[in-house]
Amino acid sequence: MKRMSMIFKAKATKAIDRAEDPRETLDYSYQKQLELLQKVRRGVADVATSRKRVELQVAQLQQQGEKLHGQAQKALGAGREDLAREALTRRAGLDQQLSDLQTQHAALQGEEEKLTLASQRLQAKVESFRTRKETIKATYTAAEAQTRINEAFSGISEEMGDVGMAVQRAEDKTAQMQARAGAVDELIASGALEDASGMPNDDIARELNALSAGSDVESELASMKAQLGAGEAPKELEETGSGSTEQQTQAEPQREERP
Amino acid sequence: MIVRILGEGQLDVEDSELDALNTLDRAVESAIEAGNEEQFRSALDALLGAVRQKGRRVPDDALTDSDLILPPADASLEEVRALLGDEGLIPDPA
Repeated sequence: MKRMSMIFKAKATKAIDRAEDPRETLDYSYQKQLELLQKVRRGVADVATSRKRVELQVAQLQQQGEKLHGQAQKALGAGREDLAREALTRRAGLDQQLSDLQTQHAALQGEEEKLTLASQRLQAKVESFRTRKETIKATYTAAEAQTRINEAFSGISEEMGDVGMAVQRAEDKTAQMQARAGAVDELIASGALEDASGMPNDDIARELNALSAGSDVESELASMKAQLGAGEAPKELEETGSGSTEQQTQAEPQREERP
Repeated sequence: MIVRILGEGQLDVEDSELDALNTLDRAVESAIEAGNEEQFRSALDALLGAVRQKGRRVPDDALTDSDLILPPADASLEEVRALLGDEGLIPDPA
């Protein structure tokens, strides 16, 4: 019975046995509690730092994804389906990385919340312990000391065992994710993700970039022509399904307004 | 009966719930024996979920030992196997 709680109880007993004056164990334990509280708070801060780093990376990748999407549209507008396909393929690669990062972000957020709550719990218990410790010291009689001190230790040592483990788990998880985040940072720093044109020895990327820079006028002309064509030549619209429904939905409310 | 879920804190659960929890506990045990990760995950979720649902939160400033301690929700099968006694996570009624 209670096999698991034995681990923590054993530790607490050891701490009590160590000191000659039982009152010293109270101060000693309180010191340890404060140290652990510090450690949990540092843990929360560390996890938050990692989470923010991943958030930054997500934002960078999303921005890059939008850029590639825009490049694909321009390429398509310029009749370069091959380039558009390439840009979208790269975007799909980014999406993969993005979803991985988002999973990491959720995990880090979970750890952060857990540790924050653990730190609040521990703080409340440490405060209780301090009050009880002062009472015991003020009314100390050797006869009842051991019982009352044991009572004071009960619960706090278990909480310390739990919180200690929680911090350790969070540290392990965060370390794993930091290693992966480091790899993404390197990719971003190398320029490989920053811009398709930054990819090494890449003609396609250069073409895409040239399109983005030089084809604004062309694409605008093309879209103007398309709009003009939409008004003048309903035949063309019937060929493209989406265009005709758009035309219908635009036209219908106008008819309804008139009567 | 005070139950601690590691990483989450303590809950006060009625002693009368012990039988129901033991049933869920046996599912965790058998999943561990079978080494079935999927079964283990859902069995542990069910056990912890029942404790969370039936238990009342012990105030943060209470200094009370737990009657039993359950592994954290994200514990691996191997971790729980190492923690597990002969009677599963929840001891059989004496």
